[in-house]
Amino acid sequence: MSRRTRLDFLLVLVVSILVFLALSWRGEIAPVEPPKRFDAAQIERGANLAAIGDCVSCHTAPEGKPYAGGFALRTMYGVLYGTNITPDPQTGIGRWSQDAFVRAMREGVSRDGRHLYPAFPYDYFTRMTDDDLHALYAFIMTREPVSARTPEHDLTFPFNIRLLLSGWKMLFLDRQVFAGDRSQSRDWNRGAYLSETIGHCGACHTPRNLLGAERKRRHFAGGQAEGWHAPALDASSRAPMPWTRESLFRYLSYGASERHEVAAGPMAAVVHNLGAANEQDVRAIALYVASIMGAPDEARQKRAEDALAMARENLGAADVSARSGQPEGGDDAAIEAGGEIYAGACALCHGSAERRPGAPSAEALHLALSTSVSLQSPGNLIRIIFQGIAPPDGEAGPFMPGFHGALTDEQVAALVVYLRAAYTDRPPWPHVGREVRRVRQQLARGH
Amino acid sequence: MPVLNVNGTTYQIDADPATPLLYVLRDELQLNGAKFGCGLGQCGACTVMIDGNAVLSCVTPISALEGRRVRTIEGLGSLDNPGPVQRAFIEEQAAQCGYCIPGMMMRAQALLERKPAPSKAEIRRHMNANLCRCGTHMRILRAVERAAALMKVK
Repeated sequence: MSRRTRLDFLLVLVVSILVFLALSWRGEIAPVEPPKRFDAAQIERGANLAAIGDCVSCHTAPEGKPYAGGFALRTMYGVLYGTNITPDPQTGIGRWSQDAFVRAMREGVSRDGRHLYPAFPYDYFTRMTDDDLHALYAFIMTREPVSARTPEHDLTFPFNIRLLLSGWKMLFLDRQVFAGDRSQSRDWNRGAYLSETIGHCGACHTPRNLLGAERKRRHFAGGQAEGWHAPALDASSRAPMPWTRESLFRYLSYGASERHEVAAGPMAAVVHNLGAANEQDVRAIALYVASIMGAPDEARQKRAEDALAMARENLGAADVSARSGQPEGGDDAAIEAGGEIYAGACALCHGSAERRPGAPSAEALHLALSTSVSLQSPGNLIRIIFQGIAPPDGEAGPFMPGFHGALTDEQVAALVVYLRAAYTDRPPWPHVGREVRRVRQQLARGH
Repeated sequence: MPVLNVNGTTYQIDADPATPLLYVLRDELQLNGAKFGCGLGQCGACTVMIDGNAVLSCVTPISALEGRRVRTIEGLGSLDNPGPVQRAFIEEQAAQCGYCIPGMMMRAQALLERKPAPSKAEIRRHMNANLCRCGTHMRILRAVERAAALMKVK
């Protein structure tokens, strides 16, 4: 390269950097004393939106005060802490004007001009209407102020450089208010609006690239949240019984739907909050998601009928070897050991050839209808076996004991291999033992 | 024939490997401390310890216990020589009907062996899995705190 070319190149580079810095700079919005009183109807509207958005889950530490921050979100880039969004003036957002709040939600910039990490899904919130954002502001500003300093994020280099987020946003943030689809019904559009803005369902249920941005063309194809797999909500859904708008509504409202698993992992909190949301809104979301899933094709319908027949006739343990079409590669020793464990630990509630599922107080799902057993990897199933399922403290709800103390890693692995073989016709999972150890380590580390 | 190690002693058990531990403890070994409350892993009355973990024995098949150490309340002490958890429960008079108590004691023992100085909140959270129908919860919580203090003295 000639000296002239090198100088030109350097000049272009420097100018580009300066332009980038200029475009990235965001000023501070002056702190204010927010109004002490807000319109009651606006607060109520905001409360409904906050319930649908599940804000409280990421902004509340375990056993912490609501919205006071401190929640540790573990990602592949390090740990991020959900901030204190109570109206505390020193440690919360008590001095944020409505403009500052709207800018944070729409542009991912805090009051003092810092860029925010997209773990806070402003790429969804940016699509909300002004009215809804103002209602959320009214709701947030009327919560109980809590003095609690949020820890700084603990991110690996270079992800700890906030300036780079400006570049991320230039590449990936599409700042358009939700437009809707005129060819669809009003309810569908309401459901679509809620899911694709405040509800941010796709933030967990869509796969992401290495830079943490969603793969837009695979919206709802399945993603991950806090170590759990968030199952696909599109036509590639692996639920043995296809979801309908009615079953989705029941699941989203009550956390349980006949012929489907109980809400577990991060979804348990989502569903708990949706129980407090406006019923029509939850129905609209169910309608929208069901429409994205679409009607099941012939192959899927056949699979559903087989699963239902299996559950009705209560097939299971004794029938593994008798099933036709069993894919090759099953680990026979593990299947047998797993079957023994199932008979003594699980069959009591989940049923077996010898007994129907459940007893008067424990209507556990027949596992032919379990989505977890049918997923691409066993992570969710392993987590449920280790941790069980429990309703929020003090509330009634479905309960399953956890087996992390009762079973060793080898035993859980055998059980998992058995369940896959006995209750699905899908190929066996590879490296189950490794997966079990990995999940146990993650749980020991607190996620 | 499955082999079990319970409270330090090895037993040969003549039972189906799928049999949950609770029934083997009570029917084969006459260790009646662990109780049948629901048989579904929902009440905690059957709680014992396996390798230091509090475990619901009514949903743990003995096939899973090869080479592992089972401890029951009978292993925590005796009438003449009660262990610290048992002494704490007696001193706090934490039993009404007493049915939940062995399970409560085993769960408390598992906690205190792992965490000798738990906070009140930690004790509550840890004991959550065990139900009590008579309402002696406050005494049970105090007993666990007392047991922690007694174990520190030893």
